[in-house]
Amino acid sequence: MAKQYKTLGEDIWKNKVEKINAELFTLTYGSIVAQLVKDYEDFTEVNKQLEKMGYNIGTRLIEDFLARSGVGRCQDFRETAEMVSKVGFKMFLNITPAVTNISADGREFSLVLDENPLAECVELPDQALVDELWYSNILCGVLRGSLEMVQMQVDAFFVTDTLRGDDMTEIRVKLVRYLEEEVPAGED
Amino acid sequence: MASSQAPVKLVNESAVEFLTTEMVEAMIRTIKDDALRLNTDRDSSLGNPNDGAGGPKDYSEGDEAMEAVYYKLEMIGFRVGERLIEKISKDRLRFADNLDVVKFVCKEVWMFLFKKQVDNLKTNHRGVYVLQDNGFRWFTRMAHDQSSAESVKKVTPYLWFPCGILRGILSNLGIASVVVAETSSLPACTFQIKIAKTA
Repeated sequence: MAKQYKTLGEDIWKNKVEKINAELFTLTYGSIVAQLVKDYEDFTEVNKQLEKMGYNIGTRLIEDFLARSGVGRCQDFRETAEMVSKVGFKMFLNITPAVTNISADGREFSLVLDENPLAECVELPDQALVDELWYSNILCGVLRGSLEMVQMQVDAFFVTDTLRGDDMTEIRVKLVRYLEEEVPAGED
Repeated sequence: MASSQAPVKLVNESAVEFLTTEMVEAMIRTIKDDALRLNTDRDSSLGNPNDGAGGPKDYSEGDEAMEAVYYKLEMIGFRVGERLIEKISKDRLRFADNLDVVKFVCKEVWMFLFKKQVDNLKTNHRGVYVLQDNGFRWFTRMAHDQSSAESVKKVTPYLWFPCGILRGILSNLGIASVVVAETSSLPACTFQIKIAKTA
């Protein structure tokens, strides 16, 4: 199953995606983080703002994802993990984080990123290290927003980040609950 | 000095578009948060700070607020431009004059950012350059009514970031400038660069 998603992700990246130099992306993100740090000063608040940005992006990005991948509903959360890492991340960022540490009940998994276009050539200032800035927190928001649109409420958060001197960059994703599909009031 | 041929890293172009679009929204949010913070210092019964429309004055359309948003987006662009030029023009020889620099912007920089060149360049040979792009790439995704005044007003904030990029690029090349952009008929837009006169 993982293999077929890997092939799908590679095919989409190769044939269905307009690509651009990652520098623009990296520099823009870095500049946005710098501006948020200036505006909020408190790194916890910056983390929150980045997550919020990501959430908004996620709610829109999911349509792009579904349209280009043509995939149907995942059977379970494990499948979701594979889909996210091999198709989702591949399609947008050209990286495939490893899925690890799946919990026994299958409701939690980790994504380990060995590459991160958001953080290329980035160095955190000392204060950001002391005060727990999760530089790439926008990714957690994207995960939360996009999965919510396909009826999964999740918590996504950074556990470690090589930018902070940790050995690896790991995002933990926990399924809170499946959401009921709601028919908007007034629609047939 | 040989330049190393490291493979160029790529991302999906829509990742950039999602990011820059949300960036505009985020900066508007920071202004609202600022307003609420200033007000709550004086009166703490002013509603939930998470409610974007709270407070005694709705800053969503105030000129003062949008000026602050302009400043932030332009600065974000400025920082990007400053660093971008180092990456794009690593192997370039020195530029002969300002016109040479602007031509470089119209070709290489535009190619890097928008995968096309500027369609038309005009100058009065006295420091003003007008760059016309008939199909501004970052507009093509946005739903719009070609020339409705409302559409034009809506997309204007999305031009502030690229203005900053251009100003940052010129600044790092030692050129002080003012860059403004306008659009009257989407998806076309023009960027006007005014280069300060040197003694």
